[in-house]
Amino acid sequence: MGYQIDYEAMDRILEQLAKDYQIFAPKWDRQKKNVRYGIIRSIAEVVTGRQTDFSIKEAFYPISQVMLYFRADNVEEEELKDPRKILILCRPCDINSIRRLDKIFLENGAPDYFYARLREKVVFALLECRKSFEDCFCVSMQSNITGDYAFALRLDNRDGITAAPILVQVADAAFEEYFAGAEAADFQPEFVTENKKIMHAPEISRADLKEISDLEYWKQFDDRCIGCGGCNTVCGTCSCFDTSDVLYAEGKSDGERRRVWSSCMIPTFTETAGGVRARKTPGANMRFKVFHKFYDFRARFGEDNMCVGCGRCDMRCPKDISFFDTVNGLTEEIRKMKTGGEPESK
Amino acid sequence: MIREEKMEEKKKFENMVNIMQPEPHKILHVVHETQAEFTFRVAYEDETRDGQFFMLSIPKVGEAPISVSGRGDGYVEFTIRKVGRLTQGVFDLQEGSTLFLRGPYGHWWPIEETFAGPEQNLVVISGGTGLAPVRTTLNYFYDHPDQIKSLYLIAGFKDISGVLFNEDREKWAKAEKFRTIYTLDDSDAPGFERGMVTAHIEKIPFDTFGGNYNVAIVGPPPMMHFSALECMKQGVPEDKIWVSFERKMSCAVGKCGHCKINETYVCLEGPVLHYPKAKQLFD
Repeated sequence: MGYQIDYEAMDRILEQLAKDYQIFAPKWDRQKKNVRYGIIRSIAEVVTGRQTDFSIKEAFYPISQVMLYFRADNVEEEELKDPRKILILCRPCDINSIRRLDKIFLENGAPDYFYARLREKVVFALLECRKSFEDCFCVSMQSNITGDYAFALRLDNRDGITAAPILVQVADAAFEEYFAGAEAADFQPEFVTENKKIMHAPEISRADLKEISDLEYWKQFDDRCIGCGGCNTVCGTCSCFDTSDVLYAEGKSDGERRRVWSSCMIPTFTETAGGVRARKTPGANMRFKVFHKFYDFRARFGEDNMCVGCGRCDMRCPKDISFFDTVNGLTEEIRKMKTGGEPESK
Repeated sequence: MIREEKMEEKKKFENMVNIMQPEPHKILHVVHETQAEFTFRVAYEDETRDGQFFMLSIPKVGEAPISVSGRGDGYVEFTIRKVGRLTQGVFDLQEGSTLFLRGPYGHWWPIEETFAGPEQNLVVISGGTGLAPVRTTLNYFYDHPDQIKSLYLIAGFKDISGVLFNEDREKWAKAEKFRTIYTLDDSDAPGFERGMVTAHIEKIPFDTFGGNYNVAIVGPPPMMHFSALECMKQGVPEDKIWVSFERKMSCAVGKCGHCKINETYVCLEGPVLHYPKAKQLFD
């Protein structure tokens, strides 16, 4: 069913929903001065005019997550504190990015308990995304469309000075009750159909992997990338983590084990206890990241590329390294490699 | 109400195994192999396979993957080198202390499937602490000489201070079916040859094995790389070679991403890998 509803009425619905759900949406973080997914109480808090700086994943895969508590001679697992489910208002690319995370956490080996128990609570509400932002290339990555949502909202339906009503499509009948009594309206969410940026995803095959690994191309990043890992942090599909143990007080036996987001771009990512690093240069790290997003993931799980084309990593990089340009550049390098440097035929 | 829902929630995940949860195990015995390497014997009842590893944690310090270096009735052993923050913490533990483990993880040496057989010969080449992950295999064939025709061991160490498993090495050297070469990289000592392991590979009579042999190589990455190349120079086909990788791991269950090389997760598909696959992994 479709509805139209004003902002005040939507807030009352959110109030009802909040009894069963923690409601996350893109909102302005005053302290950090950026847009992130956070708990909202009013629909007016939702930022629609720009993309979020951070991805959706922190709503159920926190940056730092306590897993276990150590007592003297035993280990106890962290219990979930909030019994409510999690409702996330977000765009199609973000919903699609979670399907990538699910592959790693739920299908790569045995399922991850700490991920699964939060992920299972997650329900999506689609924030209609009709107009591409500057750095997006979701259409190239086929992540611009999704059907995985309980209801969809058009919030950018503003008409000059007056805010037009919010348009709603309820896709999951279980959510109809929240909108009972609202004025019916025809509404089907639209999706972005073109971006300014077009990604020509490289066709990397197993047989070419060594030659592509050895390209001079990667060396340019040795001087450019500072290994801060910012690109991984904002990525909706990056799942890597470190574990670290925290002692509550010196000499005490109580403590906790946390997992904290990690980054394949930081120099110590592959460093073993003895100080040996499997990958030693920023160029090697960049190659690893590009391969993961455009070869490894697809080779392993046999579906889409990992990257969803949200463009956040390009917005984040303090050295203005564009992942979009890097991958398109690689596609061109591979073409040259295969044709012996012949210019592209027109 | 909230309490009830919490119980409900708990029930839902009751059947799901928390794969990150370590269990406490008592340390039964500590052997000082060298100044920098100790072997910890830890109470453990379940089965493990040769070449597998555990995630070993010392609460409040951290977790790291450590290969099983020995096993027996009611125990497993870990030989740990004093490097890094985690392993430093282990060295403070003594007999009777608690060590937290989860595992065993990973693919093992294909003993029954490939290595063992009355007509089979096995060549083991190890560098430094790389002897630890093949120790159970060596002892298996020591205890079951009928399972193998001959076993050649080249065990290299940096110098005399890094030499491991003295008792085992002595007994292997005397075993009828074993031929052992112990070597120090760049110094001399009684009972040891001199030179890198690669310098001794030509001494293995591969051509007398009638094609019935396998080679297991464990050690630092360059040592494994050059040992495999040297074996192939001696005419060993690559599909007779097996290696074991050591990688950083934070989870050992395919999630943390640290051990991934291309589309391969060393924790899930390794650490023991068939060389035709291993040589196709590009870091």
